[in-house]
Amino acid sequence: MSEALNDLIAVLEAKQSDALVSASIGFDELTVVVTNAGLLDFVEFLKGNSACQFTTLVDITAVDYPGREKRFEVVYHFLSMVVNQRIRVKVMVEEDEQVESITSIHACANWFEREAFDMYGILFANHPDLRRLLTDYGFEGHPLRKDFPTTGYVEMRYDEVEKRCIYEPVKLTQEYRQFDFMSPWEGAEYILPGDEKKDA
Amino acid sequence: MDGSNGNEISMDEKVRNFSINFGPQHPAAHGVLRMVLELDGEIVERADPHIGLLHRGTEKLMESRTYLQNLPYFDRLDYVAPMNQEHAWCLAIEKLTGVEVPRRASLIRILYSEIGRIANHLMNVGSQALDVGALTPNLWGFDQRESLMIFYERACGARLHANYFRPGGVHQDLPEKLIADIQTWTEQFEPFLKDFEGLLTENRIFKQRNVDIAVVTKQDVFDWGLNGVMARSAGLAWDLRRSQPYECYDEFDFKIPIGKNGDCYDRYLMRLEEMRESIKIMQQAIVKLGECGGDDVLARGKLTPPKRADMKTSMEALIHHFKLYTEGFHVPAGEVYAAVEAPKGEFGVYLIADGSNKPYKAKIRAPGYLHLQAVDHLATGHQLADVAAIIGTIDIVFGEIDR
Repeated sequence: MSEALNDLIAVLEAKQSDALVSASIGFDELTVVVTNAGLLDFVEFLKGNSACQFTTLVDITAVDYPGREKRFEVVYHFLSMVVNQRIRVKVMVEEDEQVESITSIHACANWFEREAFDMYGILFANHPDLRRLLTDYGFEGHPLRKDFPTTGYVEMRYDEVEKRCIYEPVKLTQEYRQFDFMSPWEGAEYILPGDEKKDA
Repeated sequence: MDGSNGNEISMDEKVRNFSINFGPQHPAAHGVLRMVLELDGEIVERADPHIGLLHRGTEKLMESRTYLQNLPYFDRLDYVAPMNQEHAWCLAIEKLTGVEVPRRASLIRILYSEIGRIANHLMNVGSQALDVGALTPNLWGFDQRESLMIFYERACGARLHANYFRPGGVHQDLPEKLIADIQTWTEQFEPFLKDFEGLLTENRIFKQRNVDIAVVTKQDVFDWGLNGVMARSAGLAWDLRRSQPYECYDEFDFKIPIGKNGDCYDRYLMRLEEMRESIKIMQQAIVKLGECGGDDVLARGKLTPPKRADMKTSMEALIHHFKLYTEGFHVPAGEVYAAVEAPKGEFGVYLIADGSNKPYKAKIRAPGYLHLQAVDHLATGHQLADVAAIIGTIDIVFGEIDR
């Protein structure tokens, strides 16, 4: 399995060295990081090259790392039914950086990119129809960002008087609780009363 | 201009494109699908599905729950075949932690995945028949599904939201009587399918509504990322159980039905055939279960609770049990994509672990999502009445599409 993946890395390094930032194998899965500028050519290459033939787009998603300088990772999964391989392609982008849409190469990227825009606010350049997909009409914010609270900001109810659905700020009868069961011996950083004295 | 009285021209002028809302409260929409259809007379010019009406933010919720607490969310994705989804989640965790599943658990998983597949196909074939005007097959299908639901209940206590698979195995062993009953059920299912087919396969109306509707070509499969029955109907023999075997599917003898014409009727026939193959797999699994005897069904270790008896005598086991159900287990940092051949197609989980007891990110890749996306492509040029047949054949469930 991993020999085939190593061969694939060799092909990519030879043919797509400009776009390729890094390539690694973990858990028998190939992950390559490419530059934002080279993404479109790279995906085109993956689809067209006879050694790759990654003709099926499996998934596009994004990951939010608020601590990083380039906050988002856009992650593409491709599948080649011919050589029976999978590949994961990653692009790092900053918060207001655009990613080139791959809908011209894979038509089914359409909804995945809409979802990534909806959930993370990543803008895809040259996307035919970049609307929100999963959230409500008129929704504000990007819920899968790490700084978006799980409870959200607004809640909706039907108003008897106005005879329509209205939005209100979220009111919780009980504060949202997030239990932390992490063992104090394994990484959890508690500030116990009195701990502050040790630095004094 | 002879024969005309000027009326026809004024009629022509009135003809214009029409936009209608199909759903979200439409019985043939299989859930809460709102589809804006642009019609030229009876012909669909464009279909724009609006999804998200059942969006529950599963992926967001999962980020603040432990791995074990996240398992039940998977039942609520494709609620027609719940255990198949759990399977993907367990496989992802097992891949990251490197846990070996005991053989008996592996067989039970296969047995129940195939039960899920049959339950799904029964529902799908039945409701598709309902969508095109036949009521009886659906009722017959539900009768059989009921037995399957009872098998679910007898294994895990719940008819629908099973929460039965566990990272490292399955929750508990199956009673002997249950396995025997499943065997008896599989034997009566084959004759049932014959009866069922008698209602539909040669039915004139059913054929008129399905043959040559929504023809899928190989190019469509690649362009639109179709998978499962949709891809196989175009003649691509792609089934993850065979091409990228997981669990111990590689020791099972079964066939992968593929289609010739890629239309709705082909997919109907394939689903029936897949049910027959699933029966074969189930029967083989039952034989294998008999052979492997009463092994443990959980890989005892960090991921799984200790045996009940151990907890009565061992302090460590008691502590482990407590920590497992409060703190949960930790998964080493890394990222994996694990996929199973769910009844609807490739159901995948992309899991990023950061070494803590909660996933950093989990992306659920649902097969129906891509199928529904392709509706615009498939329905364009068809009649409005065919839209119901197309939605039936792409086999969508909103639990997994909206997440």
